[in-house]
Amino acid sequence: MLHTILFLIFAGICVAGALNFLLQHHPVNSALSLIVVMGALAALFLLLGAEFPAAVQVIVYAGAVMVLFVFVIMLLNAGVEEQTRGSRVASILGIPGLIVFFALMYWTLSAPRSQMASVHIGDYYVPTQALGIALFREFLLPFEVTSVLILIAIMGAVVLARRERH
Amino acid sequence: MIPLSWYLILGAILFAIGVASFLVKRNIITIFMSIELMLNAVNLTFVAFAAQWHQVSGQVFVFFVMVVAAAEAAVGLAIILAVFRSRETLNVDQVNLLKL
Repeated sequence: MLHTILFLIFAGICVAGALNFLLQHHPVNSALSLIVVMGALAALFLLLGAEFPAAVQVIVYAGAVMVLFVFVIMLLNAGVEEQTRGSRVASILGIPGLIVFFALMYWTLSAPRSQMASVHIGDYYVPTQALGIALFREFLLPFEVTSVLILIAIMGAVVLARRERH
Repeated sequence: MIPLSWYLILGAILFAIGVASFLVKRNIITIFMSIELMLNAVNLTFVAFAAQWHQVSGQVFVFFVMVVAAAEAAVGLAIILAVFRSRETLNVDQVNLLKL
């Protein structure tokens, strides 16, 4: 019961924030509603027993990445979005594509009822220690590759954002 | 206790909204943010499946997705800065040439 109520509250916040993200015309408003979505998703992660992803979601996504986005929006002085006609293909195929997508989702999720069990609150809880053990034993090679990726991304960002001297 | 499919449906709705704003929006920064929304929706399904099958790997993958998203945000925003310097616009309809 508690799980249902909490899920419905945070899922509602998520969907409302995402729709607001879609409907707003100013980039800053879109960025702020995306932060709301990320905060609500962190709460949903906690409901699923994912303690570390919830903390990282708040610190890295809502903290670092979105601050970077808002910083760039304000640096470039992005105003209200210009309205231009979208592609004709998108306006024709949009609604049928959405209907097909959700019909496919419904068909996929409703067919094997027996395999889709229900989730209980506090049923599965991963402490950060268990996650760290998995990360540094099973997933050590991907972890190291990711660190190289981060290094390359840092250098790429510095090179790309540098002002060219003439 | 709620069915796992509710979480998956929520993830699908968020992903669909992300795809829709990716197609509808014209501002290059907002398009970039809708990619982040899609990545978040995928993270939710990863965590939901980790809770379903009692596997830690799902949450490890969430960690990797977050790291890659952070790297992508840094590089992408640098590219947006470079595009804005050379074109002085953020509208993607006006950024349709590789070279000026």
